[in-house]
Amino acid sequence: MSSQYPALLVATPLLAALFISIAGWVYKKLCFPIAVVALSVATYASIGLLLRVLNEGVVHYRLGGWEPPWGIAYYVDHLNGLVLVVVCVVALLNLIGAKKSIDQDFPDKIGPFYTLYILMVTGLLGIVITGDAFNLYVLLEIAALTGYGLLAMGDKRAALSTLNYLYMGTIGACFYLLGVGYLYIVTGSLNMADIARILPPLYESKAVLAAFIICMVGVWLKMAFFPLHAWLPNAYTHAPSASSGLIAPLVTKVMIYVMIRLIFTVFTPEYAFNTLALSNAFVWLAAIAIVMGALFALAERNLKKMFSYIIISEVGYMVGGIWLGNRAGMTGAVLHILNDALMTLCLFLVASNIVYKIQGHSFDDLKGIFRKMPVTMGALVVGALSIIGVPPTCGFFSKWYLISGAVQAGQYGFVAALLFSSLVNVVLFFRVLEIAFFEPFGDHDGHGHTESIDEAPLSMLVPLLIVALGLVIVGVYTGDIVNLVIQFAIPREIL
Amino acid sequence: MRYAPCVLILPMSDLITHIVANYNYWIYITLMMIGLYAIIAKNNLVKKIVGMNIFQTAIILFYISIGAKKGATIPIIEHAHGDHGAGSSAVHAIEYINPLPHVLMLTAIVVAVATLGVALALALKVYQQYNSLEEDEILDQIREK
Repeated sequence: MSSQYPALLVATPLLAALFISIAGWVYKKLCFPIAVVALSVATYASIGLLLRVLNEGVVHYRLGGWEPPWGIAYYVDHLNGLVLVVVCVVALLNLIGAKKSIDQDFPDKIGPFYTLYILMVTGLLGIVITGDAFNLYVLLEIAALTGYGLLAMGDKRAALSTLNYLYMGTIGACFYLLGVGYLYIVTGSLNMADIARILPPLYESKAVLAAFIICMVGVWLKMAFFPLHAWLPNAYTHAPSASSGLIAPLVTKVMIYVMIRLIFTVFTPEYAFNTLALSNAFVWLAAIAIVMGALFALAERNLKKMFSYIIISEVGYMVGGIWLGNRAGMTGAVLHILNDALMTLCLFLVASNIVYKIQGHSFDDLKGIFRKMPVTMGALVVGALSIIGVPPTCGFFSKWYLISGAVQAGQYGFVAALLFSSLVNVVLFFRVLEIAFFEPFGDHDGHGHTESIDEAPLSMLVPLLIVALGLVIVGVYTGDIVNLVIQFAIPREIL
Repeated sequence: MRYAPCVLILPMSDLITHIVANYNYWIYITLMMIGLYAIIAKNNLVKKIVGMNIFQTAIILFYISIGAKKGATIPIIEHAHGDHGAGSSAVHAIEYINPLPHVLMLTAIVVAVATLGVALALALKVYQQYNSLEEDEILDQIREK
């Protein structure tokens, strides 16, 4: 059984999506349990797979028993073992937390929603686990297409902002496909490990350079790296809370994983950092992304939009951390994939609870909300501390690794950008907390008893509290995570 | 350094031979740029979608063209059945075009069709909400609120 975990991880949600869409026609109440069971099985398989990788090293899995260069191979190493667990856990927690808001937002579309949700998770898991460059493109589009559907179910402006995301997302995926085409021309292979084996004598080739740049631009578009970020804030702000809670923490992080995979496995670090003399420029781009994301966030008066701009800033952290090209920076970046997925999930679950109760997410709606929803806002405080980077929470540790990596590499501009964004985050969250704590409660619902506690239902609070607790636990066990997992995720030749 | 100007400024005839020899790449790049221009510059949402589709088609054509070989035929092996001699069963890859990129593009076409469907559905939804497909008119309506 455990030898089939890689196939199980992708096949279970895929089949479940089929059953959910049938259940949506026949008996709607079955949709949610099927989705939970499917994601639980996937989570179980992903944890089992990570443990197996920790014990035995890299797991190779051949789909249908075909040999690698011809068939599609799944590779699970420490890097994607960790990302798989993150994807499964985040998707499961958000699914449980989102049930009530799905019932409230679109009671007549329950079947389609859960189908798209589970299909999207399938796509993301497939992207992370696959060892085939073309297979990755197909799964990328599966995740993207379902994502458009999920985002477009939101408020009045959702369709337009999703359409803009669709244009950009399609260009991004097409660029990636084009880059893979160039790689196929020079190597004649689509298997990542096989490409890496054939490439070294071709490092001087212009076609390889073109492939690298085109692939990078493609994934940058998909992850909303600063100059290519324009689609993200509106798409995430106008999405229903159930969708933004899945897409905001995972899509950008999975795309960062794809970038790391391209650098580590397909083009090899030797090519990316030594043959190409571009890392300096990319770290500067990342620094600009961090600063601009922070500034845009500062200009917002809407909770969800502010969170979206924080994501753009965080993408800069991870891209910069990888391109620092040293062990500390990369450790920080990989650790930040885990931390940022949890932090973003925490923020968007808070937003989800607030939207569920007061039907709005602008700053004016937040007045005096601390007295109304103390638990939710308490979780927001933990999430805010983690984003700012206050020690017991996990955000501090990845930022620490990133900063020490930047100092080692002599990239003081990146250090300055990280510190600047931390300071801006302090301002951002204290502004929100000030409004929520000190301002008198506005009377949007027109009732007199506005001062009493009126929390979100328990099924929304429990996942939120688990995540908030997780932020602290991951922070406390950072040392173990780095020593057991992330240390091995980074190629040996990087010091 | 001595050779640099020769590389940069190709004689006109060389440039033409270069373009003619690699005409498939020039065609795909031209199509891709037309598509990209439409996505960026057009004001009408459906024109943008058409541009997006041209962009995708350009890449599909690029893949198709890299499978082609001069003087090669379709990849169906002649006399493969009933002829078991060692000499006759050897397949010369040079005689057949490479089918793999074509197979990959079948998947990419499916993806392109699905994307087109989703995009048109979204455009329809936008039209129902704002009664217009022109981006500037829609943005005006959003600002007025």
